[in-house]
Amino acid sequence: MDNSMSTQDTHIIRKQIAGLLHEVADPEIPVVSIVDLGMVIDIRPENGHWRIDLAPTYSGCPAIDVIPFLVKARLEEAGMRDTHIEMEISPPWSTDWISEEGNEKLHTYGIAPPNGKASDQEYEGKPRSCPQCGSTHTELISRYGATPCKASYKCLSCLEPFEYFKCF
Amino acid sequence: MDAKIKYLLHLADNPLILGQRIGEWCGHGPVLEQDIALTNISLDLIGQARLLYQYIASLPGQRTDEDSLAMLRYEHEYLNLLLVEQPNKNFGHTITRQFLYDAFNLCQYEKLTHHHDQHLASIAVKSLKEIKYHYRYSSEWMLRLGDGTPESHAKMQDAVDELWRCTGEMFKMASYEQELSQDGYAIDVSALQAEWMQRVSGIADQAGLKLPQGEVMLYGGKEGKHTEHLGYILTELQYMQRTYPQMNW
Repeated sequence: MDNSMSTQDTHIIRKQIAGLLHEVADPEIPVVSIVDLGMVIDIRPENGHWRIDLAPTYSGCPAIDVIPFLVKARLEEAGMRDTHIEMEISPPWSTDWISEEGNEKLHTYGIAPPNGKASDQEYEGKPRSCPQCGSTHTELISRYGATPCKASYKCLSCLEPFEYFKCF
Repeated sequence: MDAKIKYLLHLADNPLILGQRIGEWCGHGPVLEQDIALTNISLDLIGQARLLYQYIASLPGQRTDEDSLAMLRYEHEYLNLLLVEQPNKNFGHTITRQFLYDAFNLCQYEKLTHHHDQHLASIAVKSLKEIKYHYRYSSEWMLRLGDGTPESHAKMQDAVDELWRCTGEMFKMASYEQELSQDGYAIDVSALQAEWMQRVSGIADQAGLKLPQGEVMLYGGKEGKHTEHLGYILTELQYMQRTYPQMNW
């Protein structure tokens, strides 16, 4: 990267990178991108390369090593070889960072999105409704689901099991 | 070895060994949901351990990496609590061990979030969010099983009686903790006992479980003197690295 790059160029490249990151799906929940999940904290030029800061969701998320790899691969595919990816744990990621669009995608996919703000309560919240039939009549089965970020629920109306993305 | 490194290893080894231990439930849980819950907690714990090992490896003068720290030390070099290496036995036993540890860890990590070492404090803030979930999960199961059927109650009481002797160690300062207590790098764990006891006895009362009185306590894990159980865990944990040195995914 040329250090004499203008502010406008920087702005354009940053937007391009952000666009590419939008195409990087979460390997565990492929319907949402890492941008939807609020994992991309910063994109900035630094010492002649582009630096991308990502926030890991849960410490033990199995996708934690895969995601930087996928990001690097997507950027290289688009011709950007000079990138540096860092995982930043502070401040810790929160479901409050998931975008509106991300929440809608989760719902459509069949996962009830976080209901409420993690910062307001030391509580995982409860799903607003069953993502299958829309009923508000639901019951907790287990505080954990297929991944640590989700809890298992059952809909008492349509009787289908579903997952709830906990406020965290 | 430097006291600070030992202290950080102690903090890292607890979640590593417990995470590995709980991981043994994978595919063997009493019901599918609890199998998944336990393995998710295991993942969180191993993730927390990784953050600490990565930090240790990044400190000046450390010619190591997170994998070598986790996989290539000998038994006496692990500084985890005896509690976390105890066998899973049955589900109630696993839950009781988890609860006693979570209640302690909650007290400990709340203190660590205010640590003057910024990086350690950041790890603590991140981990504490997860520890609170673990605590909620394990305390709910303490109530459900302790106050459940006569059989579940008996198993839980048996677990409390057996594991209690491993709890004294949590509040006894190890040599490296004493050395570091002057500048406040190590938390004064002895000061956490009252808060821990309040949490534990509150849940035990509700669950109808009796806490042992005047039991002889076991010490040593924090100084690298372990029960025979740790060796078996390490055999499995280290197998791939010992058999295929430097192997990678």
